[in-house]
This record gives sequence, C-alpha cells and structure tokens, in this order.
Amino acid sequence: MSGRVLVGVKRVIDYAVKIRVKPDNTGVVTDGVKHSMNPFCEIAVEEAVKLKEKKFIKEVVAVSCGPQQAQETIRTALAMGADRGIHVEVTGKDYEAMGPLQVSKIMAALAKKEDAQLIILGKQAIDDDCNQTGQMTAALLDWPQGTFASEVSLEGDKVKVVREIDGGLETIRINTPAVLTADLRLNTPRYATLPNIMKAKKKKIAKVNPADLGLDMTSRLEVVRVDEPPQRLAGVKVETVEDLVSKLREQGTL
Amino acid sequence: MANPLRAEVFRLYKNLLHLGREYPKGGDYFRDRLRASFLKNKGVADPQQIRELIGRGEYVCRELEALYYLRKYRAMKKRYYEE
Repeated sequence: MSGRVLVGVKRVIDYAVKIRVKPDNTGVVTDGVKHSMNPFCEIAVEEAVKLKEKKFIKEVVAVSCGPQQAQETIRTALAMGADRGIHVEVTGKDYEAMGPLQVSKIMAALAKKEDAQLIILGKQAIDDDCNQTGQMTAALLDWPQGTFASEVSLEGDKVKVVREIDGGLETIRINTPAVLTADLRLNTPRYATLPNIMKAKKKKIAKVNPADLGLDMTSRLEVVRVDEPPQRLAGVKVETVEDLVSKLREQGTL
Repeated sequence: MANPLRAEVFRLYKNLLHLGREYPKGGDYFRDRLRASFLKNKGVADPQQIRELIGRGEYVCRELEALYYLRKYRAMKKRYYEE
C-alpha cells in the first residue's frame, strides 16, 4: 500500500459571513467576501494528519479545484500538516458550473494517478450543501465508502468506520482503498498558526488542468434562479387564551 | 541578556497579531488592545518576569484558538444537526 492519502479541500465563503444574493438572482455575492476552508474539509485534513502522526499512513496530499485563490486553501491545509498540494485549475464558466460530479471525476483521476490508499473528504460543503462528492468519487472508482465518519481506525488493510446515522451510530469495516467523508464530531481541527504557515511555504503545490487528466467538465445542471429564504414573519403576541383561539380561527388553522 | 527573550517576545506578538485578525469584536479592536498591553510592559527587564508575561501571552493564544473552534463547532452544530 502506498500509504498516501488524498484530502479534498474546498474554498467557500466563510461560515460567519452573512450571505447576500446578487440583485439579478443568478447567484450569491462572492466578490470581496471573506473566504476560507470549508469546516468539514478542515476536519478531513485534521484526520489525515492525525493518521500520519500515528504512522498509519505516510503522506497527506491536499487537493483543491478552482481558480488561483484555491491555492490559499491548499496553503492552509499544508499549514495544518499536509505534505504537498495539488491545485486543479478550473476557472471562469467551468468553475461556475463545477459541482460534485466534476470534482469527483477529478478526485477519481488523481487517486489513480497518485496511487492513493484513502480519500478523505468533508461530508458536505457549507455553500452548496450537496453531500455528494464523496459518494460519487467512491462510485466512479468502485471503492467502498465510509461516509459521515465520526471515528476512523485503520486495521491492517481494512478501515473501521463509526458512522453517524439517524438512528445513532453504525460501525462498518471496509477494505482499502476507500473513500471517507468527515462528519462534525470526527476530531477537533488544529488552527493554522503563523509559525506553521511559515513552515508550509516550503511545501510544494503542483498545478494541473482537468484536460491533462483527460476529463470533461461540462455540467448537466443549470442554475435557474437563486433566492433568499422567505423572511420570517414577525410573531404576534396575544393577551388571553380567547384571543389566541380567535386568531387561530382567523388564520384558518383552527 | 534580554536578547534571546527579545526574539521570543516578537514572535509572540506576531502570533497574537495573526490570531487576532478573526477576533469577533474586530481585528482592529484586538490589535489596539494587544499593542497597548505590550507597550505597558515595555520597561520590564527581569528575565523571570518577561518569561512569565510571555507565558501569559501564550495562554491567550490557546484561549483564542479554543474560542474560534467553539464558535465554528456551535455554528455547524446549530445549522446541520437537529436537537
């Protein structure tokens, strides 16, 4: 086994920023808005780095797809402990149309090229909330998947994954190579401190094109419209139970 | 005598400055208070005291990292997990 882990990291609008929809309803305002690494991707990077520190794997490779700014996200991953980065350059219309299908094709191609033992991704991105990339990547590679992982342990050539599901927790054992997606409680990601960022400047980021990997980036989806969620109506305060009942009758709810 | 400590103090200041950029009350608010607190202790010469103050600064670094993590964790938990 190569002992190499691929970690996908996505550059998204920072979780604390108030999102604004563009006036023409074609999308969300991204110019001049603070961006950072998707929180679930941070957890994925942390898990990979932890596995390396415990000597279960040998190398952590951070991958990000997008324009030049995606390199900032890779630099953060490098500062957290990844060994090297791969920036898959996708710009313009291709970038706007890029979704889980395109990213999973890229991840699958890179996994074969880099002879990866594991792919760890965040369970979903906080901007599109697709929760599809991990699953699609596993399907394209015909690899087993451990999604919504809240605990991961490598046992020889198998992986034991404890998954967070609706009913509670499910434990599975799958063969490697495999795809894992990180859930919130998998670990506590370390902060990329200044000394680590400085050290990471020496680490390499390779640049690749989807064309080099022989991939077609056309999307089968078209964004028709983006709207803000409906405004929550202000609540109405009533004085007595009779008032409440009459108001409910007015509304037609009673 | 104070020279190796000087480098440590600078390193601490730069780290705190970097960490303070994400401070909830604003990076500027943090930076002003950081500068004020370092200037207040400008005259300290005793290495033991300096080490103590550096220790206090490192404590603040850890507290900030914990603050940032908890904010993010709580926001994600609230958004994605039904309680």
